[in-house]
Amino acid sequence: MHGFLEWLDATPWSIALLESYWMWPLIESTHVLTLGLFVGTAAFNDFRLLGWTMKSVPVSEVTGRILPWTRASFVVMAITGLLIFYSDPVRYYHNIFFRFKVLLLVLAGLNAFWFHRRIHRSVEEWDHLEVLPRAARRAGAMSLIAWALIVISGRLVAYSWFNCDLGPPAWFDWAQGCSIWIQ
Amino acid sequence: MLLPFFEWIETTSVGEALAQSIWSFAIIESIHLVVLCVLGGSLLIVDLRLLGVGLKSQPIDTLGAYAHRWAVGAAILMIATGMLLMISEPIKLYYNTSFWVKIWTLPVALLFTFTVRKRVIRRAGMKATWRTRLVGGASIAVWFVVAAAGRWIGFS
Repeated sequence: MHGFLEWLDATPWSIALLESYWMWPLIESTHVLTLGLFVGTAAFNDFRLLGWTMKSVPVSEVTGRILPWTRASFVVMAITGLLIFYSDPVRYYHNIFFRFKVLLLVLAGLNAFWFHRRIHRSVEEWDHLEVLPRAARRAGAMSLIAWALIVISGRLVAYSWFNCDLGPPAWFDWAQGCSIWIQ
Repeated sequence: MLLPFFEWIETTSVGEALAQSIWSFAIIESIHLVVLCVLGGSLLIVDLRLLGVGLKSQPIDTLGAYAHRWAVGAAILMIATGMLLMISEPIKLYYNTSFWVKIWTLPVALLFTFTVRKRVIRRAGMKATWRTRLVGGASIAVWFVVAAAGRWIGFS
């Protein structure tokens, strides 16, 4: 993996992107501003599952009419996020917050997959209930926690506190796979 | 004219403490971003509806009433964390154009949201009219400028 990323890092487009005056900030800003649309609409979907808002609106209506916006904005998030990763792959790969973020993204993805595959299938049986089934509420809570942590760890990727070349504490050294990078 | 004020902020005990702490800025900034999501969601759910898309089967005023408390709560938290961020690096901000764009557009966005937009939402029903579409579009546009200027502070 490290070898492949070293190669990716050296591709002309990666270097051009990282050193660009306008492109990188524009892509990064798009990534950050799309948070309002992507996490924002996802959060209101979760708030609804938890019964915190829009209680007179059936869950199936929120998932039917709001989630398409969430999905579309996720595509923007993913494309801009991948481009940012492509601009400096080796540094991100050995960054503890980036690794934590990827792990959380997998968990958030599994939670969403599970929700749609298992829980949401029977939405019409329970979406008018005063208190939603525990499984639906749990999926909403899991999603909220995961995305909040993803936003926070995403922001912290920018900090070099535990950079491999700055001699981080042993645990970080191990968790970031520093030994492959710094020889 | 305001430079002495920004210089004074830097010398206050809170300003000094925040400027010296390694973690404080990152943590406050992270909270600022998480709340940005809630603010964005609470505004967009209604703005989309005002534009005639999204939760079309719900009356605009009902949706507006649900979202209002979230928008108010998020706006208060945004301003509180934003002020702490400002106190952390006042001199840098004083010389930052994006900061001033944000400072001048933010009151416009707040005023528009909690006067014109609020009134239009309260009087709207099921139908998205040219008036609701205009307000929904204006809301997205003005908050976009506030958020984009905020992000751009870090690039200058």
